[in-house]
Amino acid sequence: MELVEAIVLAVLAASTPLLIAATGELVTERSGVLNLGVEGMMIVGAACGFGGAWLTGSIFIGALFGIVAGTLMSLVFALMALGLAVNQVATGLALTILGVGLSGLIGAGFVGERITPAIHLYIPGLTDMPLIGRVLFGEDAFVYFSIALIMAVWWFLYRTRAGLILRACGDNHVSAHALGYPVLRIRTFAVMFGGACAGLAGAYLPLAYTPFFIPGMTAGRGWIALALVVFSSWRPGRLVVGAYLFGAVTILQLHAQGWGVGIPSQFMSALPYLATVIVLVLLSRARTGGSTAPAALGTVFVPDR
Amino acid sequence: MQLVLEKRAERSNTIALVSPLIAIGLTIVTMTILFAILGKNPLLALHAYFIAPLTDGYSLQEIAVKATPLVMIAIGLSLCYLANAWNIGAEGQFLIGAVAGSWIAVKTQGTDAGVWVLPAMLVLAAAAGALYALIPAICKVKFGASEILTSLMLVYVADLFLDYLVRGPWRDPQGFNFPTTAEFDPVATVPLLIEGGRLHLGSIIALLVVAAAAILLGRTIKGFEIRVVGAAPRAARFGGFNANQLIILTFAVSGALAGLAGIIEVAGPVGHLQPGISPGYGFTAIIVAFLGRLNPLGILIAGLFLALTFIGGEQAQIAMKIPLDVTKVFQGILLFYVLACDSLILYRFKLVFPNRQVASGTR
Repeated sequence: MELVEAIVLAVLAASTPLLIAATGELVTERSGVLNLGVEGMMIVGAACGFGGAWLTGSIFIGALFGIVAGTLMSLVFALMALGLAVNQVATGLALTILGVGLSGLIGAGFVGERITPAIHLYIPGLTDMPLIGRVLFGEDAFVYFSIALIMAVWWFLYRTRAGLILRACGDNHVSAHALGYPVLRIRTFAVMFGGACAGLAGAYLPLAYTPFFIPGMTAGRGWIALALVVFSSWRPGRLVVGAYLFGAVTILQLHAQGWGVGIPSQFMSALPYLATVIVLVLLSRARTGGSTAPAALGTVFVPDR
Repeated sequence: MQLVLEKRAERSNTIALVSPLIAIGLTIVTMTILFAILGKNPLLALHAYFIAPLTDGYSLQEIAVKATPLVMIAIGLSLCYLANAWNIGAEGQFLIGAVAGSWIAVKTQGTDAGVWVLPAMLVLAAAAGALYALIPAICKVKFGASEILTSLMLVYVADLFLDYLVRGPWRDPQGFNFPTTAEFDPVATVPLLIEGGRLHLGSIIALLVVAAAAILLGRTIKGFEIRVVGAAPRAARFGGFNANQLIILTFAVSGALAGLAGIIEVAGPVGHLQPGISPGYGFTAIIVAFLGRLNPLGILIAGLFLALTFIGGEQAQIAMKIPLDVTKVFQGILLFYVLACDSLILYRFKLVFPNRQVASGTR
């Protein structure tokens, strides 16, 4: 039983960065912008988040550093892809290449340093309950925040007028523009939200997952978050399911390595990446009856006047 | 008053020609600021990066050696990008090519295998790279799965597979437990062009690849199809060009070239298979392809330039303790500026003064 509890806790921890980053990218893509730079924004968020926490001793300030760093990175993307109408795929790749370099430069000063990781909730009585106590009432703040965030995004997208306008920009920017909505400004905010989330997701890794920073510690999680958005068919509810499924794959392969299953560890480590490929194929195949992607996703928009 | 983009009536050829130069100029300005922030003398740092490597023969050879994989991979990628197929997993295809070619080298080690070994390694590496690139291509064409994500995921898989081989079955028994194969036999090594130098046969192969690509794109129907499918998909459909077939073709070719580059790197400058054989060639080649304007000759020049930044970065690290990550930052910033300047080929900036009278007149 304790093993089950440990596994569920580990799955939640592994899923949270994926969920936060994917939530941000979901909003960005719903506005019609494909930002492939999630990995780059995450890794810079990780370096800045750790730096902030290490300098100030506060996990909260570290998280803020991560959010600001991710947002600044996304502004570079917005300037290029929205301001200068550059191809979004190429810009996103450039953002990732830049982010990997920048994070190495920023993080060089504190490789090998340790911080006290984010504390976990503890409510006497509730947290001590067997089996579900620690899972429900013993997580760190990021886990609760990620769930609140995706619920807020669902509410925003489907229950507010602003959310409807954002989706309209993503499905048909010409019509949205003709109705008088500032398409580029709305998209800029969506991109910034995506950057803030990616930065926070990156910061989660050194602030709560492992209490130190190593270069390249995001290890492709930004790309998996992008795949999760596809997996979710751009719907918040499915995104939660997808994020936890992927977290489960990651943790199960780690445990399988620990149990000494006779498979080389590298093959087990490759599982999350292979799973991503397989899931993408299966989903895209199931979706032959028309795409669920925002119709204007990834296309350039230059308003005429 | 507002600054807005306006589409040009036709693409500006002047800007198309000078935009890479503007981009390099802007990057150097940005780097100067970055060096100053890092507390290094910007002039000395720029000298170490861009001038010093050009002043001695060893470094010049080293630039050609580094440019070889970059140019070969970027040529393949440029075909993909021209056809609007987004292969960003060249790093993985490079590694799989290196692994496949090394298989022959490892299996023939210490035997009296003849001169067929190296050609067989090159062929197998190209085939393996092509097959590995076909996975995302087929997933795209058959099932509509995003080739961007699948090709990238396979980079991590290739990396782990190589890691497994050199730590497990292929590890050199006399290698003091280091994760590496034994040094390849002379018949499994890419010959040097100058005795005692660094320049090897791979650079000649890279030049041949550039020439072949120039002929393909400039002189053949297939090359024309690739360009039309990417630039005007609707016109291509009316022309009866098969876009899916071109995705398969361009992915296979780019995978083959990346695989070939992989084995040439391993059987040439490195001499054995080990983790970390690539300092991100597959990703840097994306920058090379764009900086070279997806044009074979442009890619050759861009490849040499980015190779210069690798060598310059190493020298700046040794001479001035500038971190190696500065090279990656440099490359990222360069790609941004290249893309931004390219935007000016199709668009121009225009100052707009909102005219209140007209606005009220239409109300």
